Amino acid sequence: MIYLDLLIGFLEVGLFSFGGAYAAIPLIRDVVLAHGWMDDEMISYMIAVSESTPGPLMVNLATYIGSNKGGLLGAVIATTAVVLPAFFIILIIMGLAKTLLKNPYAQAILTGLKSCVIGVILATGAYMILGNCGFMNENGIDITAILITIGLAIVYYGARKVRKNGISPIGLICIAAVVGVVVYGI
Amino acid sequence: MPILIELFLTFVRIGLFTFGGGYAMLSIIENICVEKKNWITHDEMMNVTVIAESTPGPIAINCATFVGYKKGKVPGAVLATFGVVLPSFIIIFAISMFLEGFLEITWIAHAFQGIKIAVGILILDAALKMIKKMQKRPLQVGILVAAFVVLMLVNVLKIHVSSILIMLASALVSLTFFQINRFRRKEGQV
Repeated sequence: MIYLDLLIGFLEVGLFSFGGAYAAIPLIRDVVLAHGWMDDEMISYMIAVSESTPGPLMVNLATYIGSNKGGLLGAVIATTAVVLPAFFIILIIMGLAKTLLKNPYAQAILTGLKSCVIGVILATGAYMILGNCGFMNENGIDITAILITIGLAIVYYGARKVRKNGISPIGLICIAAVVGVVVYGI
Repeated sequence: MPILIELFLTFVRIGLFTFGGGYAMLSIIENICVEKKNWITHDEMMNVTVIAESTPGPIAINCATFVGYKKGKVPGAVLATFGVVLPSFIIIFAISMFLEGFLEITWIAHAFQGIKIAVGILILDAALKMIKKMQKRPLQVGILVAAFVVLMLVNVLKIHVSSILIMLASALVSLTFFQINRFRRKEGQV
C-alpha cells in the first residue's frame, strides 16, 4: 500500500540521514528508485526546487514525493515520517540520556557512520554528473552536457576565488537555468 | 502571549524565512531564540548544534524540538517542530500540484535540463566540503573510500543494495576497530 510504503520509506530516511541535508539525498534516491516512484532526472529537479524554497531539503522532498504519490494524506504521512526520528531522538537525549552521545561506543559508531555518509554522498554526486553527461545510458556521451558541467564548475569554484562566499546554491541553480534555456533553446 | 502559541508562531516564521539549508537556519535561530527572546543561552545553542550534527534528521528539526522542549516540555516540542515544518509543507504541496504540467512547457524543460547539471555539482561539492572538514585518520578515510567504491559499483551495475546497509556495515567496522584498539591498550598495560 502506498501510504505504508511512504511511511516506512521516509522513517528510514529520517532515521539514517546523519550529516545534514545532503546526507538524505542518497537515502531518498534509494527509496524512490526502489519503488519506481521517480527517475534520477525528476529527483534532480526536486532537489533544485527544494534548494530554492524555504525549509529543510529532506522535508521538502518528503512532502513532494508524498503528495505526488498519495495526495494530501501522502504528503502528511511522508513529512511526518521524515521528521519523527529526529524529534524523538532529541527528546530522548534531553530527557533520558544526556550523556548518550559521549559514550565511547556511540562515538565509535558515529565515526563509522559519518565517514561512510561522505563516501555515499560523493558517489551519488559523481554518479549523477556521469549520468547527466550520458556516460551511463545507451544514447552515448552528451558533449553539450559535458561542456555545461565544466562551465558551471568553473563559474562555481571560480567565484570562490573572487568572493569569499562564492555563489550560493540558489545562485548556481539560476545561472544553470539561464544556460539551459539559451543552450537547449537554440 | 502564552508561551506555546509564541513558540509555534516564532518557528513558523523561522521555517518561512530560511532558504539555504540547515546552517543558514542555525544563525536565524541563534538570532531569535538566544539574542531576542532569551529562550536558550548561547552555550545551549552550541550544544544543540553539536547534538544535531551527531543525530539523524534535519538540523532545523533538531533545534526546534530542543528549544520547544526547553520552553514548553513535550507540547512545546510538538508545536515548535510542527511550526518549523508547516510553511515549507504548504509551499511544496502547492508546487507539487502543478510542477509536472509546468515541465511540459518547452523553455522550462530546457531550464531544468541546465538545473539538473547544477544539482550534480552541488551534491559533489557538499561531499567535498565534508571531506575538507573531517578528521583524516586511516580508519575514516578507509571507510569513506570503501563506501564510495561500493555505491559507485551498485549504481553502475544497477544492483539493489541500500545505502543503509553500507552505513550499518561501516558502523560495524568502526565499532570492531574500536574494540580491537581497546583490547590492545589493555594488553599493553598488563
